Amino acid sequence: MRLAAFASRNRKEILRDPLNIAFGVGFPLVLLFLLSAIQANVPVSLFEIEQLTPGIAVFGLSFISLFSGMLIAKDRSSSFLTRLFASPLSASDYILGYALPLLPIAIMQSAICFLAAFFLGLAINVKILVTLMVLIPTAILYMGFGLLAGSLFNDKQVGGICGALLTNLSAWLSGTWFDLNLVGGAFEKVAELLPFVHAVDAAKAAISGEYSSVFPHLLWVIGYGVVIFTLAVVAFRKKMKGK
Amino acid sequence: MMIAIQTTNLTKKFNTRVAVDSLNLSIEKGELFALLGENGAGKTTTIKMLCCLTAPTGGDAVLLGDSIIQNPTAVKQKINVSPQETAVAPNLSVKENLELIAGIYGGDKQKSHLKADEMMRDFGLTERAGDKAKNLSGGMQRRLSIAMALISDPEILFLDEPTLGLDVRARRELWKKIKELKGKKTIVLTTHYLEEAEALADRIAIIHDGALQALGTAQYLRELTGTTTLEDAFLQLSETEVSQ
Repeated sequence: MRLAAFASRNRKEILRDPLNIAFGVGFPLVLLFLLSAIQANVPVSLFEIEQLTPGIAVFGLSFISLFSGMLIAKDRSSSFLTRLFASPLSASDYILGYALPLLPIAIMQSAICFLAAFFLGLAINVKILVTLMVLIPTAILYMGFGLLAGSLFNDKQVGGICGALLTNLSAWLSGTWFDLNLVGGAFEKVAELLPFVHAVDAAKAAISGEYSSVFPHLLWVIGYGVVIFTLAVVAFRKKMKGK
Repeated sequence: MMIAIQTTNLTKKFNTRVAVDSLNLSIEKGELFALLGENGAGKTTTIKMLCCLTAPTGGDAVLLGDSIIQNPTAVKQKINVSPQETAVAPNLSVKENLELIAGIYGGDKQKSHLKADEMMRDFGLTERAGDKAKNLSGGMQRRLSIAMALISDPEILFLDEPTLGLDVRARRELWKKIKELKGKKTIVLTTHYLEEAEALADRIAIIHDGALQALGTAQYLRELTGTTTLEDAFLQLSETEVSQ
């Protein structure tokens, strides 16, 4: 009951902020339509709808870190968390209370992206459902980023870190906007060491039905997810103890 | 008279700085007790320790039989706090804010709903039940904040600078609400408004540089210092240490 009350509050706070909807759903959709329009005029294989949609879906999910990070940072700066820390809520209630409402929001975000892609020519079949499931670890990774940033920084800093830095890094290093092979060198190597391109490649493999190629990429995302989420839990627990 | 809060050499250090220095207080059940001090005197740190928000570096406090160190979970069931900043969920309505806190303290949906209605009636918030908290005036947000602290029916209520930043009328309205709670709840109030402490508190503790300087009724503090106003008494006591 306690966890449900807290999780419900967090879901309402996120969904009632029009900026969250604009950035989390609106912005990726604008990009999807824009890049598809470019593809229609100047065909580029990277922007074919089957190639483009997974990248846009991952880009959309990067805003999950902004939602969760801002919510936690604002709760800290407004002393709302002080009020809650004085209540009988446990550490796991907080972590789950912040994380759980984000999961259906993330799935809905991706589903809207694929629905929009359907109107641009993407075939809707069972592979889409598999892709939505493959995107869940990516959503959890971004939740972890948000929880970590919200525990360490104030809301203005979270806006810069999650809203600008992380979303741009996610976009540039994901291979969605341009082929990383074209840049090559250190840029490509760094991108390969980070989870973003693997998140996109796992989703691309799923949408094309190449399921054997999904797991090697997903392993990177899950690995980063475990590390980031663990760091986030440690940072949050420290805040709870007033450190 | 039953003791609600007993602190024994309660101490908090941040590296080498002593924020609260061996505080020994005994607060009776149903008492409205004010912690008075300048900014940075250690009032909020004391409240944070008593609310189990930060661990003491020395000493202990027992709240209605439970130690903040040994049994913080039991302490948290008996207390609630209205923090210094207006700690409300901005995108939730007045009613949703109240139901949220009732739910967090274990109330089921039906109970939370009824308690929220009751608190809104008591604090004159019924007409704004559906309005988002962020759209309320400063005074109304403070009232909501205190109503949120009371909805769990705590035995001990901590009010940290409850009227900070409010205009005179909103402050007086809030004083009226706090006075109505006198005798029903044990209330620990921090403030640096001298007139607030004098108007509301049964006893006042003057804290300076983390240490207790004097403790008693407003009249006692005036007599102790040979001054005619609490302000003069406070200024004198926060300059020199007075033995208890």
